[in-house]
Formats: sequence, structure tokens, C-alpha cells
Amino acid sequence: MAIIENLKAIKINQNHLLGIQDLSFPEVSHILDEAKAFISLNKSASKKTDILRGKTQINLFFEPSTRTQSSFELAGKRLGADVMSMNIVNSAIKKGETLIDTAMTLNAMHPDIIVVRHQDSGAPNLLSQKVNCSVINAGDGRREHPTQALLDALTIINRRGKVQGLKIAICGDILHSRVARSNIYLMNMLGAEVNVIGPKTLLPHSIERLGVKAFTDMKKGLDNCDIVMMLRLQNERMHGSFLPSPREYYEYFGLTPDKLAMAKKDALIMHPGPMNRGVEIDTNLADDINRSVIREQVELGVAVRMACLKIFCKKT
Amino acid sequence: MKEKYLTNARIIDPKNQIDEMGGLIIDAKGLIKAAGKKVTNGNLPAAAEKIDLKKQILIPGLVDMRVFVGEPGYEYKENFKTLSNAALSGGVTSVVSMPNTSPVIDSVSMVDFLKRRGRDKSKINIFPAASLTKNTEGKQMTEFGLLKRKGIIAFTDGVKTVQDPQVMARIMNYAGQSQSLIMQHAEDNILSKDGLINEGEISTRLGLKGIPSLAEKIIVERDLSFLEEYFCRYHISQISSEKTVSVIKKAKEEGKIFTVGVSINNLSLNENDIGDFKTFLKLSPPLRTENDRLSLVQGVNEGTIDVIVSDHKPEDEESKRLTFSQAATGATGIETLLPLALELFHSKSIKLDKLLASLTSNPAKILGINKGNLEVGNDADLCIIDINKPWVVKQSELKSKSKNTPIENRKLQGQVLKTFMKGEIAYERI
Repeated sequence: MAIIENLKAIKINQNHLLGIQDLSFPEVSHILDEAKAFISLNKSASKKTDILRGKTQINLFFEPSTRTQSSFELAGKRLGADVMSMNIVNSAIKKGETLIDTAMTLNAMHPDIIVVRHQDSGAPNLLSQKVNCSVINAGDGRREHPTQALLDALTIINRRGKVQGLKIAICGDILHSRVARSNIYLMNMLGAEVNVIGPKTLLPHSIERLGVKAFTDMKKGLDNCDIVMMLRLQNERMHGSFLPSPREYYEYFGLTPDKLAMAKKDALIMHPGPMNRGVEIDTNLADDINRSVIREQVELGVAVRMACLKIFCKKT
Repeated sequence: MKEKYLTNARIIDPKNQIDEMGGLIIDAKGLIKAAGKKVTNGNLPAAAEKIDLKKQILIPGLVDMRVFVGEPGYEYKENFKTLSNAALSGGVTSVVSMPNTSPVIDSVSMVDFLKRRGRDKSKINIFPAASLTKNTEGKQMTEFGLLKRKGIIAFTDGVKTVQDPQVMARIMNYAGQSQSLIMQHAEDNILSKDGLINEGEISTRLGLKGIPSLAEKIIVERDLSFLEEYFCRYHISQISSEKTVSVIKKAKEEGKIFTVGVSINNLSLNENDIGDFKTFLKLSPPLRTENDRLSLVQGVNEGTIDVIVSDHKPEDEESKRLTFSQAATGATGIETLLPLALELFHSKSIKLDKLLASLTSNPAKILGINKGNLEVGNDADLCIIDINKPWVVKQSELKSKSKNTPIENRKLQGQVLKTFMKGEIAYERI
């Protein structure tokens, strides 16, 4: 069944997935519909299809990643593509030359899809101008992480049937988070009401202009929410310039049962992983199978990435 | 050289508030012999060379206080010859060259090299600035007295700011005795650390670290406090925000004596122009909001801001075809300075006399040079403009060695027709 009823499946003509901001509402629903179809395939005994047979997919990761990279790798393989993963150790190559130089070299090998993660915002956009194949953004700087937001939406739809009308709280280090930005764009597009919660030093300038309400009081921000999305707090931000200590952060912004009590009784807990237990989330809550959908997010991530690879792979 | 009679022109001399139909006589040495309405078609000697300017505008050649040359060290970005050609096609006849070369212009021996290269390779007047501190490290002041005697007319660390307040206080205290002109690029290093564009909605959306306008304001406020204690010739190279404009306006109203510049980029563009990570619009100071831009325009109109500069900073392709955070900062602009400034006249944002004064007589006065006016006895460094001529900026047609213009494909109105250096036609649009 279509995510959005009575909507004709639309053809996506663009070859790149650079950000949620570049997608329209029908395009998103098309991706999610495709992804739904892959959920059951991924649970079946024979997971392999030949949709991308003969295609070459290169995972180009300039930042370390475990889940996103393996998720993309599995997704490509299950679609029948030949997948190669490259981890670029930054220190080895002179800064600045890596992206374009590597891209041009890879381009000469005629890949069909490049999945890229890069520490600089906008890097996938630059890459897409230089290569002939499809580019899929697996996270750039603090700008966007579109497949993460799409898998979050699919997880919510899987549990709640729809996103429209839900109240979603995104909590933590909003400033440095590409997951937060992509989710803000996507959840707004799908008709949710979005709250962001964090200490003032970790809320970006003019964040309200992205269509959210900002809170520094977590209980107020969580009030009556259907979904609680926790973000990872990077180690280097915990001490000193952004926050006094992990202890104080946990006190005010860690997800604990008493704070969660402000949200709806059946509110779902999400986290893009990897988690810092005891820093941003109570360890029991993280493992609470009735509330936490963190493992489901990982599972559906593969389906969403299969859909994205299928849809955006350059049509020849 | 024969005497030249330029006739049938609208003569504008901002310094002397002259704006009238008339002409200009250039003597055999290339100096201005007479200018204004008294020079008419009727009273010319038959033997003189006559140039009918067909009612176009004649102004003094522009004085650009902030230009990066590339010599020595970055000749692949711009050399004196390419800079000179670019400047002349934009009606700029005098420039202050920034000391951020390799090596940095911070010693007397470097000045001789620079002056010789400038003289041999370029047709325009090059006024070199030396660094404020050794190697622009912000620690040890340069030899203001000796450098000034060698012909250095201003001191600045160019793209850098003197961060240490004690060093800056001492610089301002010491500079007073030699009447050296101190030019500060106002940006607090720590507040702007790793910053790429204006801090605001755009930086949040693009996921780029922002530079708060406070980083500029705080240095301006600091230096103006020093100025109360240690008076010197103090100039703020470029400002970018509404907050800074109001600080400056207040200080000037209180009677503080100092001067202020603004880049044509900050007057004509805003942060929205950065679009989808256009690295040619990665500038310092950064482009800010439309409100900031409007307050800068107002600042020029009210005299809060004295000077408009091109902030001409040539960067080669390799330095710009990178991710936004890795790309070099700066844009070319010397060729389009005047036409882009005229856009502000055509849009009725800034009056023509104010605009031209901020490009000619005001910078000359701050620098203490007898340029940027049409007074008798001065070098005939002139610029003839067709103020209404429409044209489109094309990277490929620009003369600078680097092509990083921030206004590619912009439709402009007003173009330089001829530029004279010391009475000779040094540039002519064909």
C-alpha cells in the first residue's frame, strides 16, 4: 500500500541523492514505498535480487563509519551489484586534493554509483559535479544524512502507520548533527510537528527558521511527544567549550524515565547510533524493547538504502 | 608628447565638488593643465591633439586601497603586469598592495624589490603596504619609521588581525610618532575559528561553521578604546555588519578620528548568493544578511564609511575547486569595482558624488597621496566612463590572471571606456 494514498508513483529523474532538501514530497513517498517492499525480502531466506546486476557501487568513506558503510554494502550486494568499499585515511593524503583527485580516478573505472561520506559539508555536491555516475550522500559534515532520515521515517511509519500529525522531539547536539538537519526537513515535509531540544551552545543559530520549536528545557520539549529521537554526543564536545561535563549533560539532557514520562505513554525512542549509554540515554531505556526501536532502525536502514540505490542508480 | 585636449565631457572631481560639462587639458609632461567648464571646444589651439569625449563622464582614476598582487611568491595567481591590465580596464590607476606575499613585505629590502617590479611591470601606481608585524605573526612590530622612509604608505597584516591586545596597543602607541597609517582587518581569531560564512540561518542550513558578526565588532571596539589612549592614523580595512556600522557611527559622532572601508562585495552581495556552496563567494569578512548589506550602504551614504575597496584577491582554480571548507578565501574584483559600484548609483542606493568620492578622493586623503582628484599640476590619471552602458560580466573576458569573480553573469550598467596614465591612453575599450 502506498504511503500516500491516491498518489501515483512518480518517476525520479535525478541521479543523485545529496540531501532531503532536494527531494519533493512525492519523491520521498516513492522511496519509502520501494523500501517497504524490501523489508520482507531482507527477512527471507534468499535475500539476493538481480536489480543492479552488472552495476558497480563504490563506497567512498572519508570518515570512519561502521553501520552506515556496512548497511550500504549489504544493500548493494543484495541488489546484485558489485560493491567495493574504500576507506580513505585522511592523514595519508594531503588535505584538499583527496576528494576531486580520488573522484576522478574512480570515475575512470566507470562505477555506476558512488556512496560518499565526507567531513566537509557540501562535499557530495562537489563530487556530483565531477563524476558521470550517481552520487549518494552517506553523510556530509554537519549538513545532511538523507538515508538516515529516510530510515527513521520508515521506522516510524512501520510502527505508527504515518508521520503526519505526530509530534517528534530531536534531542542533543543539534549544532553538529547532520542527522538532525535531515530529519527536520523530512519530518516537516511529512507533516510532523518537530521540537529540537538541547543546551543553547549546541543549538544552531536561527534553528527556528527551519520550521521547528527549540527548547532548552527537556521536559517541556518532550511534552506530549510521539517520537523521541536522541542524538549522539561526540566525546570531544563533552568537556570544556560546549558543556561543562558529561555528568551535567546527563542531568539536563540525558533521556531518563522521569523525563520520558513527559512524552506520550507509548512514545518511541530512536537513536542513530552508536549510543553513549549513561551520557545521552539511560541504558535500560535504550534496551527497553517496548519503547526503543533502535535495532529496528538498523534493520530498516538496509531496506531504505536498497531503495535509494535502486532508484538513484543512473539509468542508461 | 603633444598637449591633449579632452573636450565635451561631464567632468566630475569629487574632492573639489565639481560636476560640470567641460573639458580637461593635459600638458606635454602628462600633467593636468586645466579642467572644468572653462575648457571648451571654442578655445583650443589648432595644433593640439583633440579627443571629443561625446558627453561621457571624466573622473579621476580610482584609488583602490586593498589589492592582493601575488608577487612575490604567488605569481601564478596574479603578477604586476596582469594586475595592471586588470586595474586599467576597471579605471583603477592607483592601488595599495597588501603585504601577504611570500615572503611577507615586512622589511626594507623587500620594499626595493617591490617598487622596482611594480615600476617595470605595471603601468599603474603601486603603493605598497608593509605588514604591521613581522611575518604577520602578530607578535613583533615592523620598522614603521624606516619602512615609511622607503615609501611604504600604510601598515597592515592584510588578511590577518593583530590579536594580542598588548601588541596592538603598543603598535598604535608607537605608530603615532612616525604618523604611520595603521590598517586593521577586524576579526577576532578565536570567535571566528574555523568559521566559513556568516553565522545565521544559511550557515545552519548549509552545515557550515558560522562567523559571528561579534568577531568583527569586538576588535573594532577594542581598537577604538586604544585609540582614545594612543592616537594614531587608524583605518579599519573592511567592515561587514550592521552591528559594526552602529559602533562606528557612534564613535565618529563622539568625535573620534579614524576611517573605515568596505568591500564592494559586502555592498553588492549577501549570504544568499553563496547558494549551493559557491566557493567564489567565500570571503573575508564574510557576506552577511541583507540587513547588514543595507546598513553598509547607508553607512557610505552617511559618511560613516569612507572608502569602498575591491578587496581584489586572485585565487587560482586549484585553490577554489575544493570543498567549501578547504577552498581559499577571496574574490577578484578590481576590474568590476567601478561598474559594480555604479549599480548602487543606478539603484538609487548611493548618490554619485558620495560613491565616486569613496573610490577616489577619500582613499587618497587617508593615504596622504595626491591622487584621486583633477587639480592642476597633478598626473593626468583619468578614467572615462559610459555610465549607462549595459554589459554582462564574463569570466573569460576579464584580464586578471585568476578567474574567481564573485559576479559571473551579473548584468551591470556602466563601463570604463578609457583610462589615462600620466596623460597617455593606457586602456581603451574597443
